[in-house]
Amino acid sequence: MNTSTTLGVGTLPMSATQDVSGAGPVNIELTATQATVGSAQIPNAKMTVRNVNIFYGEKQAIYDVNVDIGKNQVIAMIGPSGCGKSTFLRSLNRMNDTIDSCRVEGDIRIDDENLYSPKLDVVELRARVGMVFQKPNPFPKSIYDNVAYGPKIHGLADTRVDLDEMVERSLRKAGLWDEVKDRLFQAGTGLSGGQQQRLCIARAIAVSPEVILMDEPCSALDPIATARIEELIEELSQNFTIAIVTHSMQQAARVSQRTAYFHLGRLIEVNPTEQVFTNPEHSLTESYITGRFG
Amino acid sequence: MHATDLFFLLVGLTVLAFYMGRGKASQIAQGLGGIRNLHSLPSYYGHYTALYCGFPALLLLCAWSIFEGPVIIGMVMDSLPSDLRPSGSVEYKLLANKISNISLGILPTINQPDALITAAETLQRYSQLSRWSMTALVSSIALLGLMWARSMIVAELRARQRVETAVRYALFACACVAIFTTLGIVLSVLFESLQFFKSVPVADFIFGLEWSPQMAIRADQVGSSGSFGAVPLFVGTLLVSVVAMFVAVPIGLMSAIYLAEYAHKSVRAYAKPALEILAGIPTVVYGFFAALTVAPFLRNVGESYGLSVSSESALAAGLVMGVMIIPFISSLADDVITAVPQAMRDGSLAMGATHSETVRRVVIPAALPGIVAGIMLAISRAIGETMIVVMASGLAANMTFNPLDSVTTVTVQIVTLLTGDQEFDSAKTLAAFALGLMLFLITLILNIIALQVVKRFREQYE
Amino acid sequence: MSKTPQHLEKIQRSLVRRYRAEKAFRWCGMLAVTLGLTAVLVVFADIFMKGTGAFSATYIALDVTYDREVLGIENFADQRQVNTADWEALLKTALRKEFPDVRKRSEKRKLYALASNAAGYDIKDRLLANLRLLGETETIWILADDDIDAYYKSWLGGNAYTARLTDGQLGALQALIDTDRIQLHFNANFLSRGDSREPEQAGIKGAVVGSFMTLILTLVLSFPIGIAAAIYLEEFAPKNALTEFIEVNINNLAAVPSIIFGLLGLAIFINLFHIPRSIPIVGGLVLAVMTLPTVIITSRAAIKSVPPSIREASLGMGASRNQMVLHHVLPLALPGMLTGAIIGMARALGETAPLLMIGMVAFIVDIPRGFTDPATVLPVQIFLWADSPERAFIEKTSAAIMVLLGFLVTMNMSAVWLRKRLERRW
Repeated sequence: MNTSTTLGVGTLPMSATQDVSGAGPVNIELTATQATVGSAQIPNAKMTVRNVNIFYGEKQAIYDVNVDIGKNQVIAMIGPSGCGKSTFLRSLNRMNDTIDSCRVEGDIRIDDENLYSPKLDVVELRARVGMVFQKPNPFPKSIYDNVAYGPKIHGLADTRVDLDEMVERSLRKAGLWDEVKDRLFQAGTGLSGGQQQRLCIARAIAVSPEVILMDEPCSALDPIATARIEELIEELSQNFTIAIVTHSMQQAARVSQRTAYFHLGRLIEVNPTEQVFTNPEHSLTESYITGRFG
Repeated sequence: MHATDLFFLLVGLTVLAFYMGRGKASQIAQGLGGIRNLHSLPSYYGHYTALYCGFPALLLLCAWSIFEGPVIIGMVMDSLPSDLRPSGSVEYKLLANKISNISLGILPTINQPDALITAAETLQRYSQLSRWSMTALVSSIALLGLMWARSMIVAELRARQRVETAVRYALFACACVAIFTTLGIVLSVLFESLQFFKSVPVADFIFGLEWSPQMAIRADQVGSSGSFGAVPLFVGTLLVSVVAMFVAVPIGLMSAIYLAEYAHKSVRAYAKPALEILAGIPTVVYGFFAALTVAPFLRNVGESYGLSVSSESALAAGLVMGVMIIPFISSLADDVITAVPQAMRDGSLAMGATHSETVRRVVIPAALPGIVAGIMLAISRAIGETMIVVMASGLAANMTFNPLDSVTTVTVQIVTLLTGDQEFDSAKTLAAFALGLMLFLITLILNIIALQVVKRFREQYE
Repeated sequence: MSKTPQHLEKIQRSLVRRYRAEKAFRWCGMLAVTLGLTAVLVVFADIFMKGTGAFSATYIALDVTYDREVLGIENFADQRQVNTADWEALLKTALRKEFPDVRKRSEKRKLYALASNAAGYDIKDRLLANLRLLGETETIWILADDDIDAYYKSWLGGNAYTARLTDGQLGALQALIDTDRIQLHFNANFLSRGDSREPEQAGIKGAVVGSFMTLILTLVLSFPIGIAAAIYLEEFAPKNALTEFIEVNINNLAAVPSIIFGLLGLAIFINLFHIPRSIPIVGGLVLAVMTLPTVIITSRAAIKSVPPSIREASLGMGASRNQMVLHHVLPLALPGMLTGAIIGMARALGETAPLLMIGMVAFIVDIPRGFTDPATVLPVQIFLWADSPERAFIEKTSAAIMVLLGFLVTMNMSAVWLRKRLERRW
């Protein structure tokens, strides 16, 4: 489907009226053909996204997104709530398949392989592109079994020793090993919120994915736990490609190399993080980071 | 006046009391210049008066009706010459019946001893007297209540509060019916069981290996002491229940999983209620189906393989019972499976697990407490199920674990021992209550544990 | 850590096996659902196949002469003469006339057995309704015996069931078939009569009336008490140990085997309160006690679904708690409560076991006229017939089940309809 033909001027997604107390109403007009500003495409990309539109039934959630995700880099996705950043993130490992009414159009590639081609296996894809969710969701199993889950289902460990080693390595990488090494066989749900989230990260990296998607991983955590996760993300970015959706601009500024700004289903601007926060190209980005809406 | 007539008289009086109370309140209000000068609306004063008129009188009427019979009979018995007085409780009942039958004219007076005829006359006289005094007492209490309540009505009377408190107590009493029901069950079963355990030791009953409750009518007859070892019944019950669970658990669980996790919404919308039809079919229908369709079918199949299948095999009853229980397990399992948060599934799918791996390794373990509780409820259901086994399994108390044999169950024995014209106090009927006690205790324990587990599970994911 | 090719290879190698497992699992699920649904179908098909026959009965056409001599009645106004007259003699004469070849006594007796022994009463009713028929001859359809009924129905089905019939009877039947003097007619007796030892005369009306009376009583007792208890627990009960205890009791009672309630009825209502056995009052009491927990639980759910905003609005207007409940909560929750009550009644209608305990299992021919007449109920009637040795009762039993299921389906459908219609979305 070609976006420009389906969107008449004046339909809801194209105009946004945001009422900000004190500042008075801000009217922002977008034109349907406007392309993303900044440097959306970069050399040496791990994943490439071209002309992607996402629909929930009749409703369109994502409009014509083009962006590259750089290898061993962190890309942060920011924007007001409901702008579609989570939807977009979920399309990167086809988690949207689990929602019946959701339909993805366009071209998403990882290492030049088309994600949505019938030849690609979704199980294999998700082993390569892991995901960490907004709310920590450890399985109702022991800490050990939570981390061992991925290696077990994918048949990665040949022996028990292999598996033990994988679990330890993943927990160490997630910075959780020292806290839980004495109670590996206690329930994962008994940990604190921040520990649970790190457990989920350990679980995700246990299958050695190439890309890790994080959907507001700190939104349910207190500031100290958040700081630990952010440190962790920085460490992980040396080995993994990371795409993180976040509500917090400070977080995006701290952990990412590039930042993408979404607004009402459109990708407005992609630029190196420093530039986005110091010298945004687009007026919408500027309004957002200066706190005029969000 | 008869109790029913008196009841209707009382209803009439109560209605009258309502209008009188309301009328007086309105009158007072008029004198004061409008009903806003009353504490409550006039109708509350009406209800107030009606309550005082009807309630105590009704209570008395109920008590009188309940205790009238036994008290009068007791008095009549006391008036009998000592040589006719009954020795035991059974004889007492028989004699009481005889006397009342004579007085009602059901038994002809010819050939009856004079003392009995006199007793019957005494009974008639007492009954008449009782009826008269009941009428007088009940109606005078009602009238007194009416008058008193009406005289109490003044503008400041907090009639609404009084009436509402009464209503609240009435509601509370209704809620307590549940307690009284449980109490009634426990007492009735326990009391008769204790009688039974006087003649048969508890240990013999629970651990005894032979069940043949044929009691002789007279004490000196051959085989007068039946044996009441309940183990064969427990084994039979267990066998049938196990067969039922072998059918119901896999089918119920797998269909719940399929309908909750895989099936298209439209398939689910039809298949789920269609499966639940199985729970709505009366058990007597299943019993008929088991006895006339499944059992002969199994026997024929068995014959063609050279197996001897009893025509009242535990297998037939168990199979059909299992079919009946499928929806219990499937709907309970469906509840808990859908209660498992989507985040769990997402977490697993995002790791690259297939759908079935997610279900088997994450969803089912998460839902396990609920599923186990559901299975426990289903077992309790199977143990207590009566009609299927009464119609499709046998009476012979065989000690066997072979499902092709005929076995008998606790519920079958209860029904067999208590249907027909049995003398109430014989060991045979009392044994049925002892079995009932066992049944009640076992199902109660299963239910309490299961309901507790389900409650915890709900709280965990709420 | 970057991906080693070894990793990817392992995952790819595992895929075939895992997808096979996935498919197998899915198939298991489908199989389970199919098995469950098949069970529904098989039960219904089995009952229907066995039962539809009972709605028609075999009748034989006979030329009956209303002969005063044969009857031996001089004065039709004399009740005693009318009642003691040999009405079956008219039938026997007609049968002898129809089959003049039968001479031997034993064969004659077999011949008479073609007709139901109720046929004489049918002739009596017919003549008494119209005395002008006296002396006339007319062809009337006579109800056949159950063995004949079984034979004729199976003959129509192409696989004649000849057991229990003699050669002479078979010959006579063949003659009737050849002259088309044997036919299936709608079996009105089945719906209009009480129980009988003779299958061809047995009907379900007594049981249906008994069920109806019992259920009325159950409803009258359990619905108000159930609603009152639900209101108390939801709206007034303080959170304390007693309330908790009541709730535990209710939940457990809902799962207690029904036969236990029968024991309760036997010990309390019959032995303690001396209510006579077998009457709808005891049945209604026991079933009311049994359905009460269900009614309470569904009523509570209905009350819970009324949003708190309505309560707050009402209390905010200065209404007392009682007024709030009576004027606002109750009307809004009533549809849900009614639905629950109907479902509870449907369960009570199908219940058998507790009623066996309190003697509603007696053989009762008369149709009950009041709550204190001995009665039986539909499921118990089914149980009794299922136990009868006569082959013809299988058909009757299945047909009675069809009627019972018909009632249940109607009740459940009306509950669903009521819920759909009165459902309110907040």
